[in-house]
Amino acid sequence: MTQHQHTNGNAHAPESGEGHADAHHDEIAHVTPVRLLLVVWGALMVLTIITVGVTSVDFGSRINLIIAMLIATVKAGLVVTYFMHLRWDRPFHTLVFLGSLLFVSLFISLTLLDKSEYERDIERMYLEKAQ
Amino acid sequence: MAQPSAEQSGSHEAAHAPHGHDSGHGAVPFLAHHFDTPKHQFESGKLGIWLFLVTEVLFFGGLFCAYAIYRSLHPEIFVYAHYYLDTFWGAVNTGVLILSSLTAAWAVRNAQLGEQKKLVFNLVATMVLACCFLGVKYIEYSHKFHDNVLPGRHFNPTHEVWELESFKKAHGDLTAGTHAGSAPHAAEAVAQPQPGAVAAPGTEAKRPPPGAPAKPRNLSVFFSIYFFMTGLHGIHVVAGIITFGWLLRRALRGEFGPQHFGAVDYAALYWHLVDLIWIYLFPLLYLIH
Repeated sequence: MTQHQHTNGNAHAPESGEGHADAHHDEIAHVTPVRLLLVVWGALMVLTIITVGVTSVDFGSRINLIIAMLIATVKAGLVVTYFMHLRWDRPFHTLVFLGSLLFVSLFISLTLLDKSEYERDIERMYLEKAQ
Repeated sequence: MAQPSAEQSGSHEAAHAPHGHDSGHGAVPFLAHHFDTPKHQFESGKLGIWLFLVTEVLFFGGLFCAYAIYRSLHPEIFVYAHYYLDTFWGAVNTGVLILSSLTAAWAVRNAQLGEQKKLVFNLVATMVLACCFLGVKYIEYSHKFHDNVLPGRHFNPTHEVWELESFKKAHGDLTAGTHAGSAPHAAEAVAQPQPGAVAAPGTEAKRPPPGAPAKPRNLSVFFSIYFFMTGLHGIHVVAGIITFGWLLRRALRGEFGPQHFGAVDYAALYWHLVDLIWIYLFPLLYLIH
């Protein structure tokens, strides 16, 4: 695309003067091409339509939930990789972000292990109330 | 004696020579005193914003945990309650937010390339789309407030689930056989002459038509979760609008350029995270099967 080349020319113009051939290393950060932004946006919209559409198909509530979460995770992956440009960022930032997801999943899964612990007491309470 | 003093003056010079004496780096006015280069400054801010996003993920993690526990314990509440949400508006808001993420990402590119006009346009577009999101949320919330679909003990819905359009769409109109919904009212009046039951405007007394799902206990838990999750998310959208307003002010002053776009990038990262959370909230709240 001509626009892409034109903007690249602009981006590598900083006053340093030297290193034009190797301009990519002069950049402070990667500049995402417009085309890529639009493609990612289109993919996100298509996935949104799919996730709405797939809800009306009955695969059983468990499978439906798994499908919805998988689609959401693919969308999240696209946002994080391209819109949040982790793809061109320092790997350390990816590590930091994945670390947060790790701890959230630990938090949720460990709590889920314990979820039925009080269910019996609650049922008893409602039984007593009903009597 | 001579050597340490030479070293001292040397380090003294090294510390001050490239920085100047006042706000910092003469040629690069935006560069803070404690950074060597614009890249150094940018990278430091970037790490900072990622650490902030981590705290945000953990912050929302608590609510996602509450959701996971209640849904796994009482899936019937979620199936029953989700008819009270309008998938159409939820989907519209998802589209609006994704589009605003695009304009935010585009704004970063504009700032990086020094495209002043486009930067201003994309910042304004992001703000307008964020306001659209809140507008749709206002429509949804006010509808729920009106129908008493509220969290906790305030939950006292005006309409039973089989009276909702979304339910009729999925399961057909269960009251169609009788006199279009007026029959349950009549039956109720006959069946329950006690004044206590009449005083409560609750609709619990309405007789469910044949085939209607049993009303689960503690239905209001879903709406507590719904309002807390979407409410906290909504507060983040408001914060995003304020942040982008601040960016717009700075952009109009021409502060951003190829060497100095950190603030736009950081705010956009925050905005993408707000989008990311909605990407999960939408199927979890609106698309329950």
